[in-house]
Amino acid sequence: MLKVSSYPHISSETTTRKIMFIVIAALMPAFFGSIFFFGIRALIITLISIVSSFACEALCQAIRKKPITINDGSAILTGLLLAFNLPSCVPYWVPVVGAFFAIAVAKQVFGGLGYNIFNPALAGRAFLMASWPSIMTGKWVVPRLGTMSGIIYSLPVEMTSNATPLTALKDYSSVLGLPELLNAKSTIYSLFLGMRGGCLGETSCLLLLIGGIILISFRIIDFRIPLSYFLAVFSLTGILWLLGVTPVTPLFHILSGGLFLGAFFMATDYVTSPMTRKGRWIFGIGCGIITVLIRLWGGYPEGVSYSILLMNATTPLIDKFTRSRIFGY
Amino acid sequence: MKRYTFPGGIHPKENKSITEDKKITAIQPPDEIIVPLSQHTGSPSKPIVEKGSKVHIGTKIGEITGFISANIHSPVSGEVKKIDTHPHPSGGEILSVFITNDGKDEWENVSDRDIESISGGDIIEIVKEAGIVGLGGAAFPTHVKMSPPKGKQYDTLILNGSECEPYLTCDYRLMVERPEDILLGGRLIARTIGVKRCIIAIEENKPEAIRKMEKIVGRYDFEIITLITKYPEGAEKQLIWAITEEEVPTGGLPVDVGVCVQNVGTALAVYEAVKYNKPLIERAVTVTGAVKRPSNFKVRIGTPFKELIEKAGGYLGIPYKLISGGPMMGISQYTDDVPVVKGTTGILVFKEETNSLVRTACIKCGRCINVCPMNLMPTKILAYIESGDFSNAKELGVLDCMECGSCEYICPARRPIVHNIKLAKLRLRK
Ligand code: SF4
Ligand code: SF4
Repeated sequence: MLKVSSYPHISSETTTRKIMFIVIAALMPAFFGSIFFFGIRALIITLISIVSSFACEALCQAIRKKPITINDGSAILTGLLLAFNLPSCVPYWVPVVGAFFAIAVAKQVFGGLGYNIFNPALAGRAFLMASWPSIMTGKWVVPRLGTMSGIIYSLPVEMTSNATPLTALKDYSSVLGLPELLNAKSTIYSLFLGMRGGCLGETSCLLLLIGGIILISFRIIDFRIPLSYFLAVFSLTGILWLLGVTPVTPLFHILSGGLFLGAFFMATDYVTSPMTRKGRWIFGIGCGIITVLIRLWGGYPEGVSYSILLMNATTPLIDKFTRSRIFGY
Repeated sequence: MKRYTFPGGIHPKENKSITEDKKITAIQPPDEIIVPLSQHTGSPSKPIVEKGSKVHIGTKIGEITGFISANIHSPVSGEVKKIDTHPHPSGGEILSVFITNDGKDEWENVSDRDIESISGGDIIEIVKEAGIVGLGGAAFPTHVKMSPPKGKQYDTLILNGSECEPYLTCDYRLMVERPEDILLGGRLIARTIGVKRCIIAIEENKPEAIRKMEKIVGRYDFEIITLITKYPEGAEKQLIWAITEEEVPTGGLPVDVGVCVQNVGTALAVYEAVKYNKPLIERAVTVTGAVKRPSNFKVRIGTPFKELIEKAGGYLGIPYKLISGGPMMGISQYTDDVPVVKGTTGILVFKEETNSLVRTACIKCGRCINVCPMNLMPTKILAYIESGDFSNAKELGVLDCMECGSCEYICPARRPIVHNIKLAKLRLRK
């Protein structure tokens, strides 16, 4: 019996599953980094988050009487990214609740893989932030080899004990000499390497950069989103720094908070970001502008996740308005 | 040297090395030949022989019936056994003339014309009489293409030697083995359509053909253009854009931008028809994939596929898929009884599945959009088709899709895009 099917009869080797696992692999440097900086608890939180996402996806699909597609890797990836957006010291039920919201509410309610509007991991984090703000931002862990704020000189106790670089900037920038300390070369180094407080997977710019380069060189993500995101944050904070609106350099803004994680791994999520090349520039620039607005004038010290969520909502519109002219018209 | 190409497209594995060094060898026609009466774009030909009619090679057996149609000739000498329906490689069962081959290979009438003195008008008549159609696969009647509609004019001729389909090498072999005759045919077409600029365009993955052509193009007043290897470089609109940066308007024809594209094999057929009065009764076919001796053959039209596969040493293992044409746009067959027709560029056998079959939901990766040479949004078109919204699919340009399959090839979710677009086109044209 000869098999009859529509052409094309060959396909590229890149499949959905392969893409998911390459992204997971690209997150491994930062994952091992998180265990190094924050200890075994980072590992436990991550595993709980992954297992909960995985189980939740299977459960939802069983309830919806849909084919179980957990081996496509997307739930594992969501679990991993959710954990990366949590402080390592949260109670063990937090990743469970977050994964439930991410998978069941943000993804499956919308129809499952491909149909969700918001990045599931970020939606999960936003839900946790809104429901348990003190758990999510009240307490951080000092990283191995570093300090909470990334500043390696001694500081008044109340500052070093519980201020990440961005909370230090937000809450204490009027303290004499602090901006200078934040801009110091040594601080910039510790920000780049990851020796500062923060969510467990977001701190090491270096390790996230390695992952980002892997994704771009394997053509998994489009460089346009991270590039335009970084450029927008850099140029906007650069102007504001020159104008004296923000006391820290654009370099500090780029390296602090969750920008590297957001720009390489969250804003580039296929499903929730534009499909057109032009649209991707717009998306990245939008994320950058909103991030800076939240950081400098919003109620939160960090704006990366909210900026991406907001831009997610505009994605269908961006796709619509950046449609190319059809050949021959 | 400038490298020409078009925006979008894909780079599938070429797999041409399997047969690219295999000389085109003529194979003996079998005892019975099956010649379908529809082998071209347009209306089928009308049979003008009946059971028992004696035929020679080149005896006309099917006559042109409309403006877009083509004559059909007997590829062997012998006797008409019957006229009946038979499976056709493009699908369906088609009225075909079954001819018993007497093995004598007697020709109807041959000549040796002085091609320098023949006028353009006569050339069109000869081409029309000889039943020549585009040999790159689309099989559009060549005499129609050579007669531009009133008020329109050609200024450029492009001989298409890009052969961008993976696996196929028959055009390449023709360019290597018979470069002069191809360009002579090109000159005849150029004389007919009255153009100054004549180009032969070849993809970079055929350096031997480029070298051969480079040596002689000057003699025949042709220029050679090398194209970046990419699929679908040989698609008419993309080829024209790559070379002239002109867009054939939607719903329009290449003549709207003054360009006439002819496949290199077609040019050769034109030469042979004008010079020797030889109708289109044979063509070059690549037989490749899971066969014991992949080859390039010169084959009489109407030879069943299984005959060619036998000549290629037989199947290698159990055949899984039998494709008429290349892997991107070829048509899978349910039987190897189908005959070679004028548009058969190759026979490709796969012994196992070559597609990843793990289908997921569309993950909105945008790959299909970035590779679509027509600048469409295949994922959105598919979503509309799947929800039955054909008018919105039309709005997004589904009718401009040329079914090249680039989008589906690249799709990590393996969405069935081409199949659905074909369905939508049928619905919309009704
Ligand atoms: S939409 Fe049509 S023209 Fe575009 S890549 Fe797909 S098959 Fe080719
Ligand atoms: S390539 Fe496939 S998965 Fe990607 S956007 Fe197009 S249809 Fe969706």
